Amino acid sequence: MSEIEIKNLTKIFEIKGHTVTALSDVSLSIEKGDIFGIIGMSGAGKSTLVRTVNYLEKPTQGSILIDGINLSTLSEKELRIKRREIGMIFQNFNLLEQKNVIDNICFPLEIAGTKRKEARIRAKELLKTVNLEDKEKAFPSQLSGGQKQRVAIARALATNPSILLCDEATSALDPQTTDSILKLLKEINETLGITIVIITHQMSVVTEVCKHVAIIDNGKLAEEGEVDKIFESPSSDAAKELITGSEINYTPLKSLDTKRKIRIVFKENSAYEPVISNMILKFKTPVNILKADTRNVGGKARGEMILALPEDEAVSEEIILYLKENGLAVADYEGEA
Amino acid sequence: MFDSKVIGMIIEGIRDTLYMTLGSTLVGYLLGLPLGILLYVTNSKGLKPNKIIYGIGDFICNIIRSIPFLILLILLIPFTRLIVGKSYGSTATIVPLVICAAPYIARVVESSLNEVDAGVIEAAKAMGASNLQIIFKVLLVEAKTSLFTGATITTGLLLGYSAMSGTVGGGGLGDIAVRYGYYRWQTDIMIVTVILLIVIFQIIQNLGTFMAKKIDHRKK
Ligand SMILES: Nc1ncnc2c1ncn2[C@@H]1O[C@H](COP(=O)(O)OP(=O)(O)O)[C@@H](O)[C@H]1O
Ligand SMILES: [Mg+2]
Repeated sequence: MSEIEIKNLTKIFEIKGHTVTALSDVSLSIEKGDIFGIIGMSGAGKSTLVRTVNYLEKPTQGSILIDGINLSTLSEKELRIKRREIGMIFQNFNLLEQKNVIDNICFPLEIAGTKRKEARIRAKELLKTVNLEDKEKAFPSQLSGGQKQRVAIARALATNPSILLCDEATSALDPQTTDSILKLLKEINETLGITIVIITHQMSVVTEVCKHVAIIDNGKLAEEGEVDKIFESPSSDAAKELITGSEINYTPLKSLDTKRKIRIVFKENSAYEPVISNMILKFKTPVNILKADTRNVGGKARGEMILALPEDEAVSEEIILYLKENGLAVADYEGEA
Repeated sequence: MFDSKVIGMIIEGIRDTLYMTLGSTLVGYLLGLPLGILLYVTNSKGLKPNKIIYGIGDFICNIIRSIPFLILLILLIPFTRLIVGKSYGSTATIVPLVICAAPYIARVVESSLNEVDAGVIEAAKAMGASNLQIIFKVLLVEAKTSLFTGATITTGLLLGYSAMSGTVGGGGLGDIAVRYGYYRWQTDIMIVTVILLIVIFQIIQNLGTFMAKKIDHRKK
């Protein structure tokens, strides 16, 4: 049984007569202990999707099952108790500005009716987990963005949830801080076995920590699967766009008369082998490298390259075959490059 | 002319003014605070939107606030008599002051609560907080500075209104100013009472601002 099961979820908003279909017929299964990324462009419906998982937003159609329990069968009160098992963090941290760090972390426990003394002991443990022991008495306004998110994580963990939902949790942070927060999330996932759902619009966040990913495009599920696989060979346009990104805008130094562009992904074992130079030596024909990049995908080194192949189709085919034989994932690339 | 009798009267006037101002603020909040919370909660973007309840509350607030205080004072004489037993004196003045202040306070409270970041409320909901917990543990806490500032402004307003009620025998400094300054042409006494009103207003305002800053943890 999956920990989170989203079944044929449709969400329609009605505002002043006209309707917005934020999600349409989305189905996903998220397994216990997974770090599951949900990625999509702004307005794709990611926040709406994650907000239905704890029923902050009720589905128009379809259902959400947590550990096999359909949330629609719960009363308001039961739902509130269920939410204690599902922590949530946000882009803007959403800390209580008038409470200090420890009181913020104690807050969900206070809500749950835990005794104050017990709550404080738990909060102090959590401060250790998120590495903020020295900030116990500080107010949110005295903290940096990264520190605020750490407090928010500690707060979300206070009630010992089995699921942690992160809605653009690193989108307001600089790259270094993003890294440290992602590391912390990974650590939490490993040590506590918490299932983590990460909503983001940045592919780098997904490749950094997620094991599985779903791509949401315009309210629909475009593609889903293991991050490795999707990174290597994205099949939907949305995935291709998110992976290669709009940031590539390289003009070839010397324009080859080329019709065909391919994207290749290096795996761990092949990344450092001089495959390209060998290939050029072998075929005695130039290829243009339009883009080259390396990334850390789920702890494994991955390189990607966009190549413009020579005019001669027969040679191009042979090149592709050669690359595949050398263990590279190869796919035609249609984007601008 | 400023004999002990006049001084005694002025001291009594200060006491009555403070009694009316603070008394009506306090009772005004007993009514206005829940009404303000109700308006916030039932608003279309609130915790439990309810068009009918919001509509009624909104209507009552607007009606009362659109009646000039002096007219309200006179209109309410029978009601005041019913509650206090008489329609003059400082205790009787508290009644119209409260009726005037409650809807004003409700609005001030509503707008303070509206300032609370929706994200924080969302976070509280995600933690499993009930609406009551959100009101008492999130909204009122997060909005406390703004609520406090609102209360300061309200107190200042009621100080002015309590003085105005002097024209119809309300007691306090306003009463003295009207009786001596207007009916007896004793301008000096009137000036003294006006200065005292200004001083009291300043004290309330500065104390309020100071306290509001003191309890605010947002910027430091
Ligand atoms: N409460 C709401 N009322 C009306 N429309 C909404 C509401 N929430 C989201 N939407 C709409 O649903 C779509 C998806 O929004 P959202 O889930 O926030 O996207 P994302 O998080 O991927 O940027 C958008 O078109 C947005 O305008
Ligand atoms: Mg969003």
